Amino acid sequence: MAEITFNDVWKRYPDGFEAVKEMNLEVRDGEFMILVGPSGCGKSTALRMIAGLEDISEGDLVIGGERVNDLEPRDRDIAMVFQNYALYPHMTVRQNMGFALKLAKVDPAEIDRKVTEASEMLELNQHLDRKPANLSGGQRQRVAMGRAIVRDPKCFLMDEPLSNLDAKLRVQMRTQVARLQRQLGTTMVYVTHDQTEAMTLGDRVAVMRAGLIQQVDTPKRLYEDPANLFVAGFIGSPSMNFVTGHLEGNAVKTPFGEVPLGDETVKRLRAAGGHKSRDVIVGVRPEHFEDAAIADPALPHRMKFKAKVDIVESMGSELYAYFSVQSEGPESEQLNELAKDAGMEDLPSAGTGQQIVARLDAASRATPDQPLEMVLDTSEIKLFDPEGGRSLTRA
Amino acid sequence: MEAASVPAAVTKEKVAKARPKPPKVKTPWWMWLSVAAIVLFCLFPFYWLINISLKTGADLSSADIVPPNPTLDNYTSIFQNSSFTRALSNSAIVSLTTTLIGVIVGSFAAYALARLKMRFKFPLLALVLSITTFPQIAIAAPLFRLWSDIGLYNTLIGLVIPYLTFALPLSIYILVSFFKEIPKDLEEAALVDGATHFQAFRKVVVPLAAPGLATTAILTFIAAWNEFLLAFTLTSSQNARTVPVAIQQFSGSSQFEVPLGTQSAASIVISIPLILLVLMFQKRIVAGLTAGAVKG
Repeated sequence: MAEITFNDVWKRYPDGFEAVKEMNLEVRDGEFMILVGPSGCGKSTALRMIAGLEDISEGDLVIGGERVNDLEPRDRDIAMVFQNYALYPHMTVRQNMGFALKLAKVDPAEIDRKVTEASEMLELNQHLDRKPANLSGGQRQRVAMGRAIVRDPKCFLMDEPLSNLDAKLRVQMRTQVARLQRQLGTTMVYVTHDQTEAMTLGDRVAVMRAGLIQQVDTPKRLYEDPANLFVAGFIGSPSMNFVTGHLEGNAVKTPFGEVPLGDETVKRLRAAGGHKSRDVIVGVRPEHFEDAAIADPALPHRMKFKAKVDIVESMGSELYAYFSVQSEGPESEQLNELAKDAGMEDLPSAGTGQQIVARLDAASRATPDQPLEMVLDTSEIKLFDPEGGRSLTRA
Repeated sequence: MEAASVPAAVTKEKVAKARPKPPKVKTPWWMWLSVAAIVLFCLFPFYWLINISLKTGADLSSADIVPPNPTLDNYTSIFQNSSFTRALSNSAIVSLTTTLIGVIVGSFAAYALARLKMRFKFPLLALVLSITTFPQIAIAAPLFRLWSDIGLYNTLIGLVIPYLTFALPLSIYILVSFFKEIPKDLEEAALVDGATHFQAFRKVVVPLAAPGLATTAILTFIAAWNEFLLAFTLTSSQNARTVPVAIQQFSGSSQFEVPLGTQSAASIVISIPLILLVLMFQKRIVAGLTAGAVKG
């Protein structure tokens, strides 16, 4: 067990590409740290640098108080689970799991004991003498985890370990990974591009973009208090709605109407130096809309507005209502990148204006192509600087 | 950082569904007839060799399909001939040495070509492979002069070296493609598991490339075992003469008699190791070609 520290770590490839830039991150002893971000953001490179599979161009990487930049992977005492599991096809499950111990010249009886112990934990007992080719995807994934567990290493590294499983199994394994980490209490660094995994698993989450860490925080704080547009848009599903707005005094003009800002928000704006007449990007989470017919009228900070609903998706427990507002889509490099990562850059926007999604109570009577009166929780809106995407309402 | 791919189990199921079992078609009689004809065509020369090897004296000139007085005299006589037995052991030494060095050096070179990031990788591979296109006769005479000058003429090592130059390019070429198919993740997993680079190569890469190694080993062995031209040019006595040359130099009981019987018997004898070898490794080779030994 150990803590892992990145001190100004850079990764430059010979062709000049900078995969990781000025990375500063401290993973505490026993912590479950998630690196999350879109493809190509440098999260896997960062993980491979911890493993020693990738050279560090600049800066120091410290594991358990020891600078490991120049240590070979075998001297770092870390275990890694690969995206495609990387099980040795010519070895049985037992041999796969015991390989590291055998290389370390551990006593065969001891290897056997540890492998049995790990296989019980992962319910692999019946499969110990089978070859990986004869296992299902979920079983292979568990063998890969078992191979890491038997080592009892300083820390676990996981490189998108669940992305090759189908959706149902992924949810199941997700809880198993979480339970395992609690049980073992070993430091774990987990790379994923799936924000749901990041939110559900991690003690803390580091959101990365283009080689830079955007924000490191607990899932709850990432969601409630994103540092910039990118984090706000990346975390949460369905993602946050963004519209352009204009800040004027203690109110902001939005396509929904003029939103008065609460005292708390104004205070934060002042602290961020953003309290002046200016253009802003307004962010609203889908759950901060509600059908006016069922919303409690006594709640403070509510603003009513009307919109014509385009599409209604019923999830059973809730409704997603899609509607458009008259607004030019906010232009931001960070939002463009998010759209690109989601594969939506070329999608034509529905009609004119900006598409908004609202999460309404299942009791809502929202119907497609009908106007609906909704309320907006004005205390929850986020304001962002259109230049650079910095949040103007951080706590 | 690829997006999630389809899990293997699902893919397999889909493939199985998409390809229903073909209905059993009875093989027509003419198919069997053509198979029999092809087999006969291919094996008849070998049968004729056996046929001749069992005949002596005047029978040799007969054209009977079955030898009239079959005898093993030819076989006993070649094993009493010291030049043949000596040549047999020379051949074994030369072929095995060539194979061993060829596979070891070839696998190192191929691994480097398959894995290392370096410039001119393709030109290098092409250059290596182009050596196999040289006609042997073109290097036989120069080699004879060179070997005579530096004292390698009529030695076993003098044969091993040129054999390697022909065997290595092909071995390297075959092995590069085998190594390339082995996912890099497996080696990285081994490194993280505590292996040195060499251990990762020996314990993970080599076992997975075993079918490729077996194939190259057999090809090298067969080529070295059968080689005639260089062996004929570069040897002058029993000390280094290999079997193909020794057989050619068999003499009959008189100047005018061609030693057909003993030559045939000797040819049969030297075919046996090759047949055994192929039968032994056949499973490995076929497994390597079909089963996808490197599937994670």
